[in-house]
Amino acid sequence: MSELPSTPLPAPFPAAGNITDADREELRRHGILMTSLEELYNWGRSNSIWPLQFGLACCAIEMIAAATARFDIARFGAEIFRPSPRQADLMIVSGTVTKKMAPQVVRLWNQMPEPKYCIAMGACAISGGPFKQGYNVLKGVDRFIPVDIYIPGCPPRPEALLHGLMELQKQIKREHLTGADAARHTRPEVPSEFPIPAYGAHDLEPTMNPAVWKPAPPLPRSGKA
Amino acid sequence: MSVSDLSSFTPSSGPTVRAVKDPFHGDLLEVSMGPQHPSTHGVFRMVVTLDGEVVVKLKPVFGYLHRNHEKIAENTTYLGSMPYTDRLDYLCSMTTNWAYALAVEKLAGQAVPDRAQYLRVILAEMTRLVNHSCLVGFLFNDLGTSFTPLLYAFREREKILDLFEALSGSRMMCNFQRFGGCRVDPTPEWLAAASRLVDNYPRFLDEYETMLTANEIMLARTQGIGILDAKLAVNAGITGPCLRASGYNYDLRKVDGYGFYPRFDFKVPLGAHGDTYDRYMMRILEMRESVKILQQAFRDLPGGPVMDPKAKIRGFRPKAGEAYGRIESPKGELGFYLISDGTPNPYRYRVRPPSLINLTLLEEMCLGHTIADSVVILGSVDIVLGEVDR
Repeated sequence: MSELPSTPLPAPFPAAGNITDADREELRRHGILMTSLEELYNWGRSNSIWPLQFGLACCAIEMIAAATARFDIARFGAEIFRPSPRQADLMIVSGTVTKKMAPQVVRLWNQMPEPKYCIAMGACAISGGPFKQGYNVLKGVDRFIPVDIYIPGCPPRPEALLHGLMELQKQIKREHLTGADAARHTRPEVPSEFPIPAYGAHDLEPTMNPAVWKPAPPLPRSGKA
Repeated sequence: MSVSDLSSFTPSSGPTVRAVKDPFHGDLLEVSMGPQHPSTHGVFRMVVTLDGEVVVKLKPVFGYLHRNHEKIAENTTYLGSMPYTDRLDYLCSMTTNWAYALAVEKLAGQAVPDRAQYLRVILAEMTRLVNHSCLVGFLFNDLGTSFTPLLYAFREREKILDLFEALSGSRMMCNFQRFGGCRVDPTPEWLAAASRLVDNYPRFLDEYETMLTANEIMLARTQGIGILDAKLAVNAGITGPCLRASGYNYDLRKVDGYGFYPRFDFKVPLGAHGDTYDRYMMRILEMRESVKILQQAFRDLPGGPVMDPKAKIRGFRPKAGEAYGRIESPKGELGFYLISDGTPNPYRYRVRPPSLINLTLLEEMCLGHTIADSVVILGSVDIVLGEVDR
């Protein structure tokens, strides 16, 4: 700084953490950037989300399309699709999860280091989609792993994937590192790995993880039972 | 391999890499590639046994995307299966729609108006352009040119998908064909835009070929690699560009002459060696022929309705019987076999997927080559897992 601000600072100077947005804006006008470590950390994290290169079905083609020149997911810092789960921050479940594939999906999720996020892309990943009646289709990947963002569509357009990514960025920016509402990855008591289901003789064993997924309450029916 | 050995290929059992002892080769390494692997084109798994770097055994493992397509289709109406056919080969929904519509039209004895026939040819050939350009891009991904050719391919794909979206309302899952015609009639503006795109396509192909065809790494890595013998290919039921790359002249557009293909003047390119390079060249040459077909189709497109006015949409019940409809999809012979018992649902519904049947000789093509080559060979076969596993 070459010269001090001509206007006096608001007195008394607010204590760190107590500063209001108006104060911060005032300081920024004078070339002083005040931020918290938490904010800086979340800003950096949210703008370099590396997804796992992991295509399951039709939606994977739209995921690739989102990475190509027209949609260019690189604008959001998420163009580096990592083939290894150890290097990835985000799992985009892009397509139908079958019962044969579900153990692998959960294993890949377990292999990803925290902080990690999951986007369920497309109707199949959300609920089984058009194939829900099928005997071999998992009725939503959220039965086994926690999902942060759901993107409906069959398949969702690349713009929808970008929108989902932006929503995830907003979610990451809202996360706290300390306090009662601290983010998942800062709390060691919150599990980051989940039991891998076995591909049994008739169905997955277990068919869902009760720690992650609760069945929806039955819809109230009007009239006769 | 005996049946009891199959238990070792269940997805969750055993390590992904293990040492095996072979009485003939000595110490070998068994590596499980996939189902999550960047170069297996989806959720395909190959259990490869390696002697050093050379493949001595390769077992494909399918079923990670088995979505019960056939069973669902047997429990829904004929028309209700049309959106599901989009999701079989999700790069080419227009051709899969056509194959299914063709089978049902055969079953019901349904006529198709001339304009719809032309429109189907136009859409199928545009789909071929999309599929082949993307396939070449993916093939080069497997060769190690991280993403660049694919960016060019997807640039062109987006242009065609914009047209598909304008026509059908959806980019990928077009759900466009109906029994007895097509769903909507394209506007003159759409036809002009499509015709312009097709006229510009050879320029893209020239650009693409300048980069790729004579590329030194491409030549070194693909010529003489993954040779498929024509006799073996015929015996295994391989169809499509893979068969023609081996020099066997079999193209359903000529053999069956379905739709209005006999009215068009085009050549069927044939390979000479049946190696990966020929399979690549086959795609490029087919795209050039597709452009010729499309130009003829835009020139000769007749007027009239796109839907047979007598076609039944609701309450559609073909009389009892069976039919097999097949077309030359970009991947090979795509067929639908249907048995009707007079009810609104098919009694039996069976898909003949070219991707799955073309995969059956993967081991023969890969034996004796390095594991890096087997990835390229798989890329040149052109599979879509939605169709392989259904």
